[in-house]
Amino acid sequence: MKRIVYREWHLAPQRYWGLLALLAIVAGIGGLAFWYMEHQGHWVTGMTNEIVWGTPHLFAIFLIVAASGALNLASIGTVFGKTPYQPLGRFSGLLAVALLIGGLLVLVLDLGRPDRLIVAMTSYNFRSIFAWNVLLYTGFIAIVLAYLVTMMDRRLRAYYKAAGTLAFTWRLLLTTGTGSIFGFIVARQAFDTAVLAPMFIVMSFLYGLAVFILVLMFACAQDERPIGAYLLNRLKGLMAIFIAGVLLFILIYFLTKLYGAKHYDLVNYYLVSGGRYTVAFWFGWVFLGLLAPFGIILHPVLGQDRRWLAGACALVILGGMASLYVLVIGGQAYPLSLFPDQTILESGFHDGVGGQISGYAPTMPEFLLGLGGVAVAMLITAVGLRALQLLPESLADKEVDPHAAVKA
Amino acid sequence: MNNPSEAIDQGRRGFMRSAAGVATVTLAPGVLLHTLANAASPGPTAGEPRAVQVTDQVRYGMLIDTTKCAEGCTACVSACDRENGLDLQTMPEGADPALWDRQEARWIRKVKVQDNLTGKVTNLPLMCQHCEHPPCVDVCPTGASFKRADGIVMVDRHLCIGCRYCMMACPYKARSFIHTNVEVKLTLAPRGKGCVESCNLCVHRRDNGQASTACADACAAAGHGAILFGDLKDPASPLSQALAKLPSRQLRENLALNTGVRYAGV
Repeated sequence: MKRIVYREWHLAPQRYWGLLALLAIVAGIGGLAFWYMEHQGHWVTGMTNEIVWGTPHLFAIFLIVAASGALNLASIGTVFGKTPYQPLGRFSGLLAVALLIGGLLVLVLDLGRPDRLIVAMTSYNFRSIFAWNVLLYTGFIAIVLAYLVTMMDRRLRAYYKAAGTLAFTWRLLLTTGTGSIFGFIVARQAFDTAVLAPMFIVMSFLYGLAVFILVLMFACAQDERPIGAYLLNRLKGLMAIFIAGVLLFILIYFLTKLYGAKHYDLVNYYLVSGGRYTVAFWFGWVFLGLLAPFGIILHPVLGQDRRWLAGACALVILGGMASLYVLVIGGQAYPLSLFPDQTILESGFHDGVGGQISGYAPTMPEFLLGLGGVAVAMLITAVGLRALQLLPESLADKEVDPHAAVKA
Repeated sequence: MNNPSEAIDQGRRGFMRSAAGVATVTLAPGVLLHTLANAASPGPTAGEPRAVQVTDQVRYGMLIDTTKCAEGCTACVSACDRENGLDLQTMPEGADPALWDRQEARWIRKVKVQDNLTGKVTNLPLMCQHCEHPPCVDVCPTGASFKRADGIVMVDRHLCIGCRYCMMACPYKARSFIHTNVEVKLTLAPRGKGCVESCNLCVHRRDNGQASTACADACAAAGHGAILFGDLKDPASPLSQALAKLPSRQLRENLALNTGVRYAGV
């Protein structure tokens, strides 16, 4: 393998500034959506006292989960010593930090009192997994930035492996923390299972990889930097494994729930009778988000076409949003088991009368805030790529494939 | 000591001695009075504002006798709304009434349930159950959701950041988020947009030496007497006496939260 040369993103100024302007506009609209929601209060959203976490949380959780997954590419190179991945390390670190900042921004701006962020950073209840997550998120940013420095500064090369290992360990803890936000909720049947923590880790592998491939293909295409078939094939193989992993965890999740007779109704709700949540599960998550991309990347012809690969990544991302919709919104919409073995006939507070599922119709500001977070993440990525030497000049086979010379 | 620079600084010693003396004289009477006051009484004197610290010598709770809870009666709900200023909430202009109905804060509601096997119908009021091990307190990142020494679970409005994790965690759906600006509010319930709140067993009454809660009083005034409020730790209290006689249970007792609100006849 040759020495990898990293270069700043050399886009024509019009194109680069045009891209930044576009992202800034989307981020700005997100900012306006925040301003509107903050001034009016959450009554302008579709969120209620039943569905307390809505669309902004789907975007926030997706970005946070994808952030830890995007760092995987660097980890595979550093921790597991896979040389073909090493040229991707710097870009992987940048994207991970950018996605996390975008996600955190959405999460924070959806708070009822975003002005009290300082309270969240100074007053901790260490029994709360949420409080631990505040430390895990900020720690992740600091550790990955330090890891990036060890990749870029040859004088610090001695710390490269240690920093990479710490970052990998931290990202596993971070996603465990994110999954545990739901796993520790004993009150709700859809949550309350430890399997959600490893399930979120596998989901992060997949969603982070899909975002990584898409952004990498875009970044390289804009600057006419080649990506060899060897690298893309490896990334595709990785994606297929991660898809299989998510499918396995879906199976384990439902088997775990089915093991207790008290959860039969929940499983029936998700798989058969849950209306839009059942459709989102089967069609959005399982078919569009997992089986279709699996079929595309393993297809002998379509799998070799880069447009189809990009499409498969986009499907994984859409399916990822569907998965969070099913788990987070669907989990809240399913009525609490307030009175086991009894049916609620009337209630003054919408307690799932007759087993009724809570409604949720998101409003435009919720989407715009979420998209604003995505735009901020991409803005940070674009500026990082332009300002720093993060992206290799070439990812062609002869640069990254350790056996390229032999093949030639 | 050979080095003259290390000689004992008598002036410094004297200063430390004086400072310690002044501190003792200043703090000691306060500490003494505080200790005496706490030892003298576990709660405020009847009819007077609280002068002593909240202690764990009492645990406030309730017994709800569902056999006395009348179908269609919402006296407890109206009384709570009035007492805690919930009736002052107004629907924002342009809001969808159906959606607003799910966004408006409520501390107590009436629920009617039917047993799937026996068909028995039960009416009951449902509110914060004031758990000994409250999940809302466990999950709150800032410690805004807290349990007082006397067992009351409530929200510190200065620390709440409006993350709603406590609402996700509460098994009783007892908490509400304030979805809009609140123009008119009571000083005893300074409701603010973006914070979470729930039943606090009329904590202002506890701190003013009043005997009961608004809901219990209203239920008694309506002639039902289904809600009995009192001190769970005092074996002589009417609440403890009633709990000793009447079979009662906790809602979602499988979660082992040791709720302060107990139900009979469910």
